[in-house]
Amino acid sequence: MALTNEIIQKRLSEKFPEQLSGFEEPYGMLTFQAPKELNLKVLNFLYDDEELKFRFMTDLCGVHYPNRKGEELAVVYHLHNLEDNVRIRFKVFTDINQPDIYTATGLFSAANWMERETYDFYGVNFVGHPKLKRILNVDEMDYFPMRKEFPLEDQSRIDKDDEMFGR
Amino acid sequence: MARPVSYNLINKPLEADISMADMPEGSMGEGFFATKLNDVIGLARKNSIWPLPFATSCCGIEFMATMGSHYDLGRFGAERVGFSPRQCDLLMVMGTIAKKMGPVVKQVYLQMAEPRWVIAVGACASSGGIFDTYSVLQGIDQVVPVDVYVPGCPPRPEAIIDGVLRIQDLVAKESLRRRNGEQYKALMDSYGIQ
Repeated sequence: MALTNEIIQKRLSEKFPEQLSGFEEPYGMLTFQAPKELNLKVLNFLYDDEELKFRFMTDLCGVHYPNRKGEELAVVYHLHNLEDNVRIRFKVFTDINQPDIYTATGLFSAANWMERETYDFYGVNFVGHPKLKRILNVDEMDYFPMRKEFPLEDQSRIDKDDEMFGR
Repeated sequence: MARPVSYNLINKPLEADISMADMPEGSMGEGFFATKLNDVIGLARKNSIWPLPFATSCCGIEFMATMGSHYDLGRFGAERVGFSPRQCDLLMVMGTIAKKMGPVVKQVYLQMAEPRWVIAVGACASSGGIFDTYSVLQGIDQVVPVDVYVPGCPPRPEAIIDGVLRIQDLVAKESLRRRNGEQYKALMDSYGIQ
């Protein structure tokens, strides 16, 4: 029997009753949220379960929602079941003032660089990561450029006159 | 209206079979010619520039067209593209330079022997161009001194050739003492280069 979103949702709800929330299926892709303390437990369950077998991490990224007080930063995991060709998306949220999230590097080696990138751009502190340092930006950078409070333009420029650029 | 690239409507006859550089000013007599050393060295340097292409994006493609047979930078004595900075005179930075690439540009510049010139080809190398963002260097003149800026996004090969010709003017007219002078030393110090 093919693995459907209903089966995945049922299995998850049995294993983590009352703890997972926000189940939805945008464009047919099952999406849900978990408390951030449970992220490794959920990933492990999805990996180990003989029926679900989500054993490939296709993506890990961050999102900044400045208006969601107390849960400004999201970390999104995209998982793929290669046997049944099913993908799911799973999010955890954290406070921007204490952005600690357990690292998934123990389970997926692919998470190593993707967590470094997420740290680089959003400042998510992955607890237990073997080498959490900047990967894409210059080492001297002292802020996290994809957070919404930082404007896109390079702030070090002094020659850009607002009048000349019509701003 | 004239097209940017048009065929030679006015047929210009060859002036000579071999085109030669103009003679510098000087006194000439039977069997001798006296002129300034400065002019002779300038003439030699100007017509034998070795460019070092530092091409990171689309301006580099325009440079390849400039080097190709259609535009042929070799006509101006800059045919020999060196890929070792030690041997080259002219650093041609073409394309977006990310902030992480900045130290690399500077190191390449440091590896070049004096006298050395730098040409920033295209909007990105000159000013960051459209990439006004946290990750892109807003003009390579933040890390190395630049002699000539070529505008354009990307510039046409004619513009690159024009830039090289302006470099040639600088090279020909440069005083032999310039690079020992106080002003030059102050310029280098402002970039933290010894």
